Amino acid sequence: MSDTSLATPDNPIYRRRVWVNRFNLVMSVGTMLFGMTFLLWILFALFSKGLAAFGPAMFTQMTPPPGSDGGLANAIFGSLMIVGAAIFVATPIGILAGIYLAEVDRTSWVAKTTRFVNDILLSAPSIVIGLFVYTLIVANVKHYSGWAGAVALAIIAVPVVVRTTETMLLLVPNSMREAAVALGAPQWRVVTMVTLKAVKGGIVTGVLLALARISGETAPLLFTSLNNQFWSTDMNAPMANLPVVIFQFAMSPYEEWQRLAWAGALLITLAVLLLNIVARTLFRQKHQ
Amino acid sequence: MAFQVSLGETNVADLTATKIGIRNLNFFYGGFQGLRDITLNIPEKQVTAFIGPSGCGKSTLLRTLNRMYSLYPGQRAEGEIVINGTNVLNPKQDLNALRGQVGMVFQKPTPFPMSIYDNIAFGVKLYENLSKSEMTDRVEWALRKAALWNEAKDKLNQSGLSLSGGQQQRLCIARGIAVKPEVLLLDEPTSALDPISTARIEELVSELRSDYTIVMVTHNMQQAARVSQHTAYMYLGELIEFTPTAQIFVKPRDKRTEDYITGRFG
Repeated sequence: MSDTSLATPDNPIYRRRVWVNRFNLVMSVGTMLFGMTFLLWILFALFSKGLAAFGPAMFTQMTPPPGSDGGLANAIFGSLMIVGAAIFVATPIGILAGIYLAEVDRTSWVAKTTRFVNDILLSAPSIVIGLFVYTLIVANVKHYSGWAGAVALAIIAVPVVVRTTETMLLLVPNSMREAAVALGAPQWRVVTMVTLKAVKGGIVTGVLLALARISGETAPLLFTSLNNQFWSTDMNAPMANLPVVIFQFAMSPYEEWQRLAWAGALLITLAVLLLNIVARTLFRQKHQ
Repeated sequence: MAFQVSLGETNVADLTATKIGIRNLNFFYGGFQGLRDITLNIPEKQVTAFIGPSGCGKSTLLRTLNRMYSLYPGQRAEGEIVINGTNVLNPKQDLNALRGQVGMVFQKPTPFPMSIYDNIAFGVKLYENLSKSEMTDRVEWALRKAALWNEAKDKLNQSGLSLSGGQQQRLCIARGIAVKPEVLLLDEPTSALDPISTARIEELVSELRSDYTIVMVTHNMQQAARVSQHTAYMYLGELIEFTPTAQIFVKPRDKRTEDYITGRFG
């Protein structure tokens, strides 16, 4: 044994480690580029094809009959109504259920079952949820409606909000809860004044991500809200919405419709991108 | 364990009134027994220190005094802890009321995610309906008591998290005394702090002694010697010795205490 350092460039163990490190670095950069390529490709395709019909007319004119130009105003409005109603219902349910799982009862069979069912809902194919709402509402009232669409989207959004709320609350150190309890605060005060406040940003992020998730859902709306060629503010009637319009127009043989479908796709993507950026910015501010 | 009972009695008889009477206390974490037959009288308006090696049960004992363990379903205590004539281990004990009387400060500073002002007002609002000016007075009073007023008076609306570690811990003490408890439990309050902040907290504890019964868990024997009047040495869930602090460090009665305080183990 000499006293000299073993970490010399000609130590075979050390050299092997350097090569393993290089190999892994190349692999991870390579897979990152692979993923990014497709993402950028999608964005590029959306922009190059969507910009043709992207303009103010999109927001002011109705979806046109085949063979003529028009806009997406009724679909944009319908999407805002349906998604808005869905998130309005899903947010309180999701947050309250998340609070239950993280603060009230973590281990009983009720909590475990809820968590399990929530995980299943989280990964349930959205078409199944569409069919479910179809049989539950549409088949019973005998017509498609904006409300049915909102219910379907709410069912998709709830588990996302439950999961993020629970995960965020579990990040609050127990010492914070104990400190509030040690002052004699009852549980509802601990939750509303201390733990929820500590992860406000994270919970808002969860709601925004749920919003992003449901704003692109097509399958459940095909079975529930369907579509409407005209301007309609009646949530009890079939309602136009972006995903279904994109689906219908993109499948059509008419060029004007196809152009509008691309523009709509670009609009949804930009909206979701914006939501994600807002969500992440909020989250980062919270965790600085 | 008869000697413990007699020790406890002699200790209390010669000095002051008992604030907290602990009798035959056993504590269980599920199947594991964390405390064994503890009997101990904690004197009023004095500082009592619990010392002992890690895992000896000193924090466990502290957490029985405000029933903090009741948050966790697997934990239970048997025996009696009498505060103001009531056995607080009674299942019917109102826990929030108990914790209003017996405040607690933890090892790590735990400011709530709100302003310095609101950190203190939070606890006060649980018990009192104060006007805005009364609340402002109370906040100032608590911050002065906790020796934080001069540093915090210009930033009462800033987040409690903007303070340094030592200031945060004094904020937690201010928050604890703002609700006017009778007893203050300190669970290794300086173990996360630098020496200067530690010295300030120790000074503060000595000052607070005139108004509150203070029970402090500490890993630091010099700290126990500096600030406490009584010291309990615990080992493996048992109370080995409980005597005036001046005596325990000079002339411990038990060999195990002597081994610990002379640094032979622990």
